Amino acid sequence: MTWILNNLPLLWQRLLEHLTLAAPAIVLSLLLAIPLGWIAYRYRLSRWLLVTLTGLLYAIPSLPLFVVLPLILGTGIRDSINVVAALTLYGLALMVRSVSDALAAVPAVVVDAAQAQGFGAWRRFWQVELPLAIPALTAGLRVVTVSTVSLVTVSGVLGLPSLGLLFTDGFQRGIPEEILAGMVLTVVLALVLDALVALLGRALTPWRRAVKA
Amino acid sequence: MNYFSEAWTWLTDPLTWTGADALAARLTEHLLYTLLVIVVSALIAIPLGWWVGHTGRGRNAVVVLSGAARAIPSLGLVTLLALWMGLGLPAPIITLVVLAIPPLLAGAYSGIDAVPREVTDAARAQGMSEWQILMKVEVPLSLGLLMGGVRSAALQVVSTVMLAAYVGAGGLGRPLFLGLKTQDYAMMLGASILTVGLALVLDVVLSGIQRIVRPRGTAAL
Repeated sequence: MTWILNNLPLLWQRLLEHLTLAAPAIVLSLLLAIPLGWIAYRYRLSRWLLVTLTGLLYAIPSLPLFVVLPLILGTGIRDSINVVAALTLYGLALMVRSVSDALAAVPAVVVDAAQAQGFGAWRRFWQVELPLAIPALTAGLRVVTVSTVSLVTVSGVLGLPSLGLLFTDGFQRGIPEEILAGMVLTVVLALVLDALVALLGRALTPWRRAVKA
Repeated sequence: MNYFSEAWTWLTDPLTWTGADALAARLTEHLLYTLLVIVVSALIAIPLGWWVGHTGRGRNAVVVLSGAARAIPSLGLVTLLALWMGLGLPAPIITLVVLAIPPLLAGAYSGIDAVPREVTDAARAQGMSEWQILMKVEVPLSLGLLMGGVRSAALQVVSTVMLAAYVGAGGLGRPLFLGLKTQDYAMMLGASILTVGLALVLDVVLSGIQRIVRPRGTAAL
């Protein structure tokens, strides 16, 4: 406990560093998954291709990916871009499927009604299909958020600053409190971001609450 | 590209596989750890998941548990346990079992849960005992979803066994961390490529098994 109280500024710094790795990856995987998921939903062949490819992506172990990716991207192994890119790929593995399934689940009647009202494909997507897909997207993004926050810590073994560095440092110097503090902060950060995503999803779909009431 | 060819040279060099710190031994360790962890966690998680699925008791606990377990950082758990239990195999094995139980539990539970109520009621009406309903009706129908759980558990374990080497155990993490320490990028990369290949092969094999285990003439749940 004394170690924790004496090192509060360090813990805070690691938490912020953790957030700067996790948050961009979570946001990017959502933003990239929307067009990719739409393509997968719209065209049958691409659906098979994208679902298979992203499924394989999910199977790739994280630490080896952190090592291999710099060669493909031309970044350094201790670059934060490298870790953000790897985590974005994992996020995409789940989100592309989520987006395409969510779009496919929009009732055909609703899509037809929008078309009958004169909505073009572009407006129909942004004003009808995507909003209706939000609950399913939120569910997918919550899973991505929690697992991304947890996965960031693996980059600690490469020496990148995040909460993961508390594990490697605490292990090498034999300070269990440091590791424990890192674990608690990781779980708390994951839960807070998860709650934020859930709240955002609710805020963006006011009509769902109206129906329930 | 240069690094890739160096890694390839390292991977295909017979000395890499048979020397003092042989890669063949590391690969065997990696597979043995994975197998051990999956067997131990399956023995705990599958009966529990079947029981929850059959009786419907503790359903919420299973859902909450498998969600919450995702948040636990494996590296934190393994280093903490290693400080407490010492270097070597026990800490990573326990960590990996903790990691593998939630997906196995979810697979076992959701498989049983997905069997339609009419099917189990029909079996009950025919005079089957609860044990017979579970073993002859629910379990065979749920094998596909169970194997889905086994697959995702196995992939997570193969990936996370890499961290075992960080706390002094073996596996393919050994050459990776050795390469990291000695700035031998070819070795790091070679070990990484081998692990990725291993995971992909495992994924393909397990998804094949997942397709085979569904009893003939039944629809996917």
